[in-house]
Amino acid sequence: MALDDSKREFRFVGTRPDRPDGLDKVTGRARFGADMNAAGMLHGAILRSPHAHARIVRIDTSKAEALADVKAVVTRADFAEVPFKPGLAGEVWNVLENVMAGDKALYDGHAVAAVAATSALAARDALKLIEVEYEELPYVTDVNAAMRQDAPVIREGAADFSVPDDMHPNVVRRHESGHGDVEAGFAEADLVIEDSFETEATHQGYIEPHACLGQLGKDGKGELWCCTQGHWIVQKTCAALLGIETANLRVTASEIGGGFGGKTTVFIEPVALALSRKANRPVKIVMSRAEVFRATGPTASASMDIKVGMKKDGTITAAQGEFRLQGGAFPGAPGDMTAMCAFAPYDLKNVHQVGYDVMTNRPKQAAYRAPGSPMAAFAVESVVDELCRKLDLDPIEVRLKNAAREGTKASYGPRFERIGLVETLEAAKAHPHYAAPLKPGQGRGISCGFWFNHGGETSVSLALSEDGSVQLMVGTPDIGGSRASMALMAAEVLGIPYENIRVTIADTASLGYNDVSHGSRVTYASGLATIKAAKDAVRKLSQRAAAKWGIPEDAVKWEDGCAVPSGPNAGDFDPLPLAEITAEMGQTGGPISGHFEATPEGAGVSFATHIVDAEVDRETGATKVVRYTVIQDAGKAIHPTYVEGQFQGGAAQGIGWALNEEYIYGEDGRLQNAGFLDYRIPVASDLPMIDTVIVEVPNPGHPFGVRGVGETSICPPLAAIANAVSAAAGVRMRHLPMSPPRTLAALKARDA
Amino acid sequence: MSRVHVTTTVNGDETEFLCDPRETLLDCLRDRLNLTGAKEGCGTGDCGACSVTLDGRLVCSCLVLGVEAEGREIGTIEGVAQGDELHPLQRKFIEHAALQCGICTPGILVAAKALLEKSPDPTEEEVRYWLAGNLCRCTGYDKIIRAVMDTAAEMREAV
Amino acid sequence: MPEVHLWSGLRGLADGKESVEVEAGTVGELLDALVRAHPALQEAIDAGVSVAIDGRIIAGSLTEPVPEGSEVYLMQRLRGG
Repeated sequence: MALDDSKREFRFVGTRPDRPDGLDKVTGRARFGADMNAAGMLHGAILRSPHAHARIVRIDTSKAEALADVKAVVTRADFAEVPFKPGLAGEVWNVLENVMAGDKALYDGHAVAAVAATSALAARDALKLIEVEYEELPYVTDVNAAMRQDAPVIREGAADFSVPDDMHPNVVRRHESGHGDVEAGFAEADLVIEDSFETEATHQGYIEPHACLGQLGKDGKGELWCCTQGHWIVQKTCAALLGIETANLRVTASEIGGGFGGKTTVFIEPVALALSRKANRPVKIVMSRAEVFRATGPTASASMDIKVGMKKDGTITAAQGEFRLQGGAFPGAPGDMTAMCAFAPYDLKNVHQVGYDVMTNRPKQAAYRAPGSPMAAFAVESVVDELCRKLDLDPIEVRLKNAAREGTKASYGPRFERIGLVETLEAAKAHPHYAAPLKPGQGRGISCGFWFNHGGETSVSLALSEDGSVQLMVGTPDIGGSRASMALMAAEVLGIPYENIRVTIADTASLGYNDVSHGSRVTYASGLATIKAAKDAVRKLSQRAAAKWGIPEDAVKWEDGCAVPSGPNAGDFDPLPLAEITAEMGQTGGPISGHFEATPEGAGVSFATHIVDAEVDRETGATKVVRYTVIQDAGKAIHPTYVEGQFQGGAAQGIGWALNEEYIYGEDGRLQNAGFLDYRIPVASDLPMIDTVIVEVPNPGHPFGVRGVGETSICPPLAAIANAVSAAAGVRMRHLPMSPPRTLAALKARDA
Repeated sequence: MSRVHVTTTVNGDETEFLCDPRETLLDCLRDRLNLTGAKEGCGTGDCGACSVTLDGRLVCSCLVLGVEAEGREIGTIEGVAQGDELHPLQRKFIEHAALQCGICTPGILVAAKALLEKSPDPTEEEVRYWLAGNLCRCTGYDKIIRAVMDTAAEMREAV
Repeated sequence: MPEVHLWSGLRGLADGKESVEVEAGTVGELLDALVRAHPALQEAIDAGVSVAIDGRIIAGSLTEPVPEGSEVYLMQRLRGG
């Protein structure tokens, strides 16, 4: 799409007004997923497998159904038949199988049946009366064990075309890419380091558990309220799983209490609708925290082998990596993305990467902020750090020397457009943090990180009111303050105050299709569509002014919220403000709205560099992050405060992943820590202030230069913290999280 | 199971409800009284999203039974603003962008208000430890801590 | 004619070739032409691919123009969180 309308001087963009939903959120009246009720509403609850892998021999629901409070019970038989296909081609089947088990329970926590009853307590009581006969099967929860020839087979035929025939059926997708000759490259190196790394599965950890309220009639028409990152994908998926037409299900997105990728699919929504169809009453389902941990998307865990060669001057001569990712009992672990992101910050003549997507008896992985990239960065940036140490080179200088720039052939194939990696590295080098002295026992780490970003299907509608105020309808749930950014971009084009624009997340019946709020796409794609929709409205406003003045349309231009003659020859007319045009729009041609629908392609990749200081307690193995600086290219920060918020939030989640968070499975194949007490996310007293530097290297694919910022911020922290801890502890940390017992063991092994 | 009649005071208003003796105070506030500002993030007292005050003491309402509210005074997020006058914390949270998704915000505001009532001049460390029972997954806490510190400074000046 | 570079995992499906020259004016025509030249690529393309045209990543649009002489890379379909 032509971007002839790019703009670099701004009146509203780059300011920091209060967010439009602020008042609702500080007074408790914002309505999240679980905050909606309906007359005659029932409460649903889901029975889950206690086994990691088991054949479901028989389900007897008769005792539950006999209870007066119970109005419906559903099992897999109450959902539509969906064809099975290998790999991600069968994603609808995969989602259905995850939402409600078929022949087998595939992980501890897998849904097997559900009830709707007159109260939440009655529903929970009824679950205890459902009898399920299981035949337990061998299981596997570790990625490397799942690839071995003797591993239990989770599902035959799930592998797609990319997997060689001699691999275990649990290996379902394989990616291989790169260029040059790595062996020749390693031969040129003065030092080659080869090492292996592991990261454990972590949960997105949104504070709001999944919640929904659904109603579906025998006529196939329904309504659904739910917390989701994308209600059109919910609409499409639920319709497919229930065998109804998409347009007959209207989905409204509630305020969303965090998602981070984990709310980009469905879990309970089709179940509530199936129960509602059977009971002919609205059904609300709210997950417990334990259900969130056991049955919704953790990220993949990873096992990785990295080899990098470097000359004494810091030039990297070759790099290769193998990335094995475990994504639960379904295809989807981002082995491909991990491989493609791994070496992206570097200009490499010789690079080779292989990624595997492997199934285990764990919950179906879901996207988590730049899926795959943080793990890859951890492994690669650890090896680069080790090379710098051994060759006594400055880690920022080495990264600058090898940095990808505009025109560099990326490790994943094409050449980079204008990118801002070097700018983040230069800013890191110049930052006082990098020169600050360290105290004894502290270590400093740095890392770069990369993410692709995404565009996706986008529709925006903008309706003008007679008084000149504007209603802006977007379809991407606001997960981090995006309504403020949208209003700023619309204000910029229309030339009217930010406060005169009300932004609403429209439901699926009120706006065209929108892809999910993922891939850091909202400010980029919904922002681009908002700008275009506002320009569409400006064009129509200008037409009205031209008609009023009796001059040609192209003799009118739009300036500071007014139509004005484009030059002295166009005529002598006073500026006509927007509100004067809209006041009489009913009599001058009818209501004025602006629209835009497209799949913007030009998201623009993004880079960051993080600096971390960490302190390791040698007696307990506990690590404290004492100073943290995020430097990231935002292209153009529309609302800088919320850009900082994304930087800080990504860093904090990365700190949790690096230091504490992990899914712990027992010998019995069950999740051992399905609660916030044992799955410990960072709390306020764990963290320092998180400094931010916003670098702005405009993205050529957006009229204002925006690059998505939501995901890249979680790419460098794992590696940066591991490098800091390794420096502080004097031992290379190869396994995340660096929890106190693991760090203590590493310290003891070092001293032994 | 037969229901229990409870008489209590919520945000200064005398209130009655019927509840199952197994229901938590959080369930009663949300489902019986339609006060959905307090949120359930965990149900086990780990996340603080359900923070309220019970006779002035900060509690997780998911760890209190509804029947325990009998004769007590409960304060929720819905009672933090006085009419159209926001509490300074509420104002400062908006001003500092101390929220992203906002699910933890009601609990954090109730907890922070309880802190400032007992300790009007807290250090950053005190704020961080006081709020350690309130999980936020979006912000990294930076802007939350700044908003609380700034509010404390403003409220001290106003005295 | 645009030259389409394949990621190495795909080369086994295209007689071992690193790149394939095809006649195409849009991304959709390009993918169709690839499958005509190497039918084994059908499954990979159905599973989802993105392309980069002179460095600009096209996640999914089939109608994007492919200028004469441009450098095109096939990429694994991008997904986000």
